Amino acid sequence: MAAKPKLAVFKFASCDGCQLSLLDAEDELLAVADAVEIAYFLEARTRTLEGPYDVGLVEGSITTAHDAERIRRIRDQCQFLVTIGACATSGGIQSLRNWADVNEFISQVYAHPEYIKTLATSTPVADHVIVDFELRGCPINKHQLVELVAALLQGRKPRVPRYSVCIDCKRKHVVCVAVAQGVACLGPVTQAGCGVICPAYHRECFGCFGPKEQPNLASLLGHYANRGADAVQLVRLTRNFNGYAPEFREASDDLETAAALGNTPDAPS
Amino acid sequence: MTEKRTFEVKALTRVEGEGALYVRLEGDRVEQVELNIYEPPRFFESFLRGREIREVPDITARICGICPVAYQMSACHALEKALGVTVTPEIRALRRLLYCGEWIESHALHIYLLHAPDFLGYESGISMAADHRAAVERGLRIKKIGNALLEVLGGRAIHPINVTVGGFYRAPRPADLQRLIPDLEWGLEASVETLQWVAGFDFPDLEVDYACVALKHPDEYPMNEGRVVASGGLDISAEEYETHFQERHMPQSTALHSVMVPQETPYLVGPLARVNLCFEQLPPRARREAETCGVSWPSRNNFQSIAARAVELIVAFEEALRLVRAYSTEATPSRAPYEPHSGEGCHATEAPRGLIYHRYRLGEDGLVAEAKIVPPTSQNQGQIEEDLRQYVPRVLAYDDAEATRRCEHLIRNYDPCISCSTHFLKLQLDRK
Repeated sequence: MAAKPKLAVFKFASCDGCQLSLLDAEDELLAVADAVEIAYFLEARTRTLEGPYDVGLVEGSITTAHDAERIRRIRDQCQFLVTIGACATSGGIQSLRNWADVNEFISQVYAHPEYIKTLATSTPVADHVIVDFELRGCPINKHQLVELVAALLQGRKPRVPRYSVCIDCKRKHVVCVAVAQGVACLGPVTQAGCGVICPAYHRECFGCFGPKEQPNLASLLGHYANRGADAVQLVRLTRNFNGYAPEFREASDDLETAAALGNTPDAPS
Repeated sequence: MTEKRTFEVKALTRVEGEGALYVRLEGDRVEQVELNIYEPPRFFESFLRGREIREVPDITARICGICPVAYQMSACHALEKALGVTVTPEIRALRRLLYCGEWIESHALHIYLLHAPDFLGYESGISMAADHRAAVERGLRIKKIGNALLEVLGGRAIHPINVTVGGFYRAPRPADLQRLIPDLEWGLEASVETLQWVAGFDFPDLEVDYACVALKHPDEYPMNEGRVVASGGLDISAEEYETHFQERHMPQSTALHSVMVPQETPYLVGPLARVNLCFEQLPPRARREAETCGVSWPSRNNFQSIAARAVELIVAFEEALRLVRAYSTEATPSRAPYEPHSGEGCHATEAPRGLIYHRYRLGEDGLVAEAKIVPPTSQNQGQIEEDLRQYVPRVLAYDDAEATRRCEHLIRNYDPCISCSTHFLKLQLDRK
């Protein structure tokens, strides 16, 4: 029998929720542990095996000089590197510091700023090393994670949709909250994968799965602004868990600039 | 010449988040014990400033993937106090049910996958499953039921989306909850089996005169509400919390470290503290099983926290069954309305790992002007170090690897959640 592929799980700045998703796959966990060698997964096991690893799952964003160095060493150890979750794929909620003065943040929270070593920014893993595949979500969807592991074992590309939340809302017959409630919903520009839980629970999508392929945020946000949404609120809506993803970032920056100049954002023609 | 030793764990395992331990010994004397938190800081309290009230439960959930509900609950209650909002008894009951879901998934994870392997001599739940497959499968099924409850009420298990200030975006449909009853009934019996299983473990001998701190409520086992009480007789409201408990910033940590003032002493929060202080409030089955399981309560041995956690699994299933059975019509309205305005409010709830305190100040613009969050693990950090100081001399006869393993076991008694504590560990034993 060929040796089992070696799986490693690494953590950077994050809440642990995405790696917990592997332990939350209660029906599949023991089968996964039989099919792959869980070689490095500090949250779940004490034994660690030396690299190289066939697959590395990376959770969390890069926020310290030490971590910027560590991710390079991890890349060298992993044949296939997969980022899991909003922190690793776009910088996470902690990337809100990228719009602020981190020294001010430190002095607000800590009595001794001199003990804290951190970078001015929280950045996605792909800003530092080449990433082979990314699994989106805040948190990731455990079924997508199991699909990813299965696909890697079978040597095929994981089936993960890149279309918008809207598509799944229509498929599931969930009433459109943007239309019915008139709320600003990020569903049209956000990648599917969550199971459209927010609209199904009568609230707006707030972008946990990040931008879908080719999203048109200027058009969507312009539409909401024309219908009376406050520009500053729209900036906050786009600037959260995936706020530093390029498409969301550009949109919130443009909106902020326009609001500062007193302009209404471009309406769709 | 005195023998100098160091015990060192560079990366603690089977804990949530990243930390290390460093212990330095000169002969039998413990010179230094340091729990290092190297989890990078994320600055939640800073970037909450300027955010909308309705965003706070979504954002604070992201502090911790294992106990997001604890953050959501403390935040909602604190903000409701700031806004003068009172929730209906139906919403109060649904919130308690949501908390039951989180206690179940978090306690089952810790008991079965993280902590039991220490008692049975395995490096993980995964290895333990090779010899104890049925037990691990039972644990996973218990955990799954907790997650299912979170999914019905919260939309998903990790970072629920249905929690908001004032209540829920959408009340659950009674049928969706009733459907869980057979699983909850199975879970209640499985948690009794869990308690019987863990109560039979061999507990290392370490009696500590803990200052236990927990919420206490006259009519129920504490989750969302209660007064803050301590073993010494302290009995205060959440509003007085910051007068009696304060945070200190230690050089080795990106977490702040809490002490009781004025004595600057460490204290214990979490399942053992709760069972010790609120034994009278245990629901009937949990109390009966706790009394006959073989562990004597109150317990001063935190290695028995695994039994306290199992008692609380029974509590959570018993309460969940009671609440689900009582939920016959959809709660309407699903949330109390509010208008954003200035104000200040604070609140403490009981996270799986212990008391969690939030305080918010809202500005004239109705946005968050200031946020303060005290997670359970930063409150336990001082006590973990104190336990180690007492425990290390008892493990000196072992070689470095075994002594270090035993220290790690002690740390896991606390189910430390390091990701949480970053406003908070490496294990290293240094014998010189």
